[in-house]
Amino acid sequence: MLVCAISIFAIVVLIATELVMQSQMSWHKSGLPFFWKYNIDPITNLPTFWDPVNGSFYALPFLYGTLVTSLVALAIAVPLAIGVAIFLTEMCPRFLRSPLSFLTELLAAIPSVVYGLWAIFILVPLLREKINPFFMAIFNAPGVVKLFGWTGLVGENGLFGGVNLGLGLMAGGVILAVMILPIIASLTREVMSAVPNAQREAALALGATRWEMIRMAVLRNARIGIVGSIILGLGRALGETMAVAMVIGNSAEIHMSLLSTGHSMASVIANEFSEATSDLHRSALIEIGLALFIVTILVNGLARLLVWAVTRGAPARVN
Amino acid sequence: MRAGLNKNRARNHYRAFVDHLATALAILATILVVAPLFAIFAYLLIKGASSLNLAFFTQIPKPVGEAGGGMANAIVGSGVLLGIASLLGVPVGIGGGIYLAEFGRGTRLANGIRFTADVLNGVPSIVMGIAIYALIVVPQHHFSAFAGGVALGIMMIPTVTRTTEEMLLMVPHSVREAALGLGVPNWRSVLSITLRTASPGVITGCMLAFARVAGETAPLLFTALGNQFWSVSPGSAIAALPLQIYTYAISPYDDQHRLAWAGALVLIVLIVLAVSLVRYVASRGILKGAS
Repeated sequence: MLVCAISIFAIVVLIATELVMQSQMSWHKSGLPFFWKYNIDPITNLPTFWDPVNGSFYALPFLYGTLVTSLVALAIAVPLAIGVAIFLTEMCPRFLRSPLSFLTELLAAIPSVVYGLWAIFILVPLLREKINPFFMAIFNAPGVVKLFGWTGLVGENGLFGGVNLGLGLMAGGVILAVMILPIIASLTREVMSAVPNAQREAALALGATRWEMIRMAVLRNARIGIVGSIILGLGRALGETMAVAMVIGNSAEIHMSLLSTGHSMASVIANEFSEATSDLHRSALIEIGLALFIVTILVNGLARLLVWAVTRGAPARVN
Repeated sequence: MRAGLNKNRARNHYRAFVDHLATALAILATILVVAPLFAIFAYLLIKGASSLNLAFFTQIPKPVGEAGGGMANAIVGSGVLLGIASLLGVPVGIGGGIYLAEFGRGTRLANGIRFTADVLNGVPSIVMGIAIYALIVVPQHHFSAFAGGVALGIMMIPTVTRTTEEMLLMVPHSVREAALGLGVPNWRSVLSITLRTASPGVITGCMLAFARVAGETAPLLFTALGNQFWSVSPGSAIAALPLQIYTYAISPYDDQHRLAWAGALVLIVLIVLAVSLVRYVASRGILKGAS
């Protein structure tokens, strides 16, 4: 039994050493600047980051793509997930509670390749024809540009400038949001359930409305756990591969616009690893994988500590 | 006095309004979350069911451009991969869970292992793919079903460990004490009393882990690779349902899109069955309340 348990340690150590060994070539070539340097193309004067033909590999666009898609996903998923958790713990009629939590569980069980399939054929056309034009109309309206032009977020070079393909960072972010929603929602529900009922009753007895009770007694007490569950969702979003790879558009470039195509750390590995043109190419991809490994371990560790700190010792509420 | 009352009333109206608004927003959020789920299932049923037929289950993929064909090899391939994965993941996972719950309970080592298992659970599957590629595929010089199975098996371990531990912890102490009171050695009590009592829950955990890795694509991309032909040998590249769905989804051909939808439907039906079974088992008997 001990051997089995120790093997979990061994697996993590083994993964880490393999990744470090295999990424040595790229590490010796570029070192730490791997993550922020780039070359300038002598003809077009544009920065080039990832050039398998000339054998120069820098990972900045992938960091950018991962960061942007994850942030878009969090911006969409967090308010919705907290809303669902509030509804399920505080408002939901008893007969609806169990089927609804079953449904959120199911959302978590759908494989990411199926999300990707759905995203390619349903979500991307929807974004291209309905949702993106809506945001483009808002962000590129002359009045808005005049008022908020100084932020750099609006207009032709802003968040919704450029060509609307449907595929791109926005599509990646939205499908990630759908995928991390159930995780954040179910964990938030758990920490909210761990808030003792006496707190709720005390707030209600002081004459609070239900919303005031939720705000003052539940959300306030559960806030650390909620932050933990959001970070856990972020950890999942950072490493999510297939669905993102299928809709992000696959180009190693950096653009401000959410409509532009991009690449995330995980998606570039999925797309290029088996067709890597040289050992250096493969090694660079493994180095990206190593970075992803370290980041997700840190993020997950932090989130686990937070969730653990809140739910530790608290008696679960009987439903 | 009058003004004060009016002010109070206005304030009460405001508070009631905010309360209603919050309720409405929470309900709206719930609808928005459930909507994509229904959308996904509806499209899977509509698009998948219309392309499902007997050939899907009995034939291997046709060459590009020819209509028809199926995913028989991918279904069997997934079975082989999951078999290898279970052989690795289930025993190791259950063993780890028993250690955490019975032998190492409360020790620093057990806490460390529990934490590591949780962290391992969050490691992206694509990273697992690369690691197994470096560990097995490179020394062997070829892609193999074995490598894919090991990748999936390693992904099962943390899930199985944690659910086994949770289920064992739910077994009442009196059961253990009864066994020990009869003079049974501790290892015997753990294996044939505690584990036995918790077995429905443990099986549930294994099914859950199974369902989770059944849909994994990323770790198979450069370990099992995929295969357009029949192969059940663990030593060579093998087809898998999720891989085949991925390949067909990003291809430009309508026929292949249809097959991808059908494959996704089959995959989802299997997973939903597993999850429902898990819920059913978890809602009964001594382990009630766990899931």
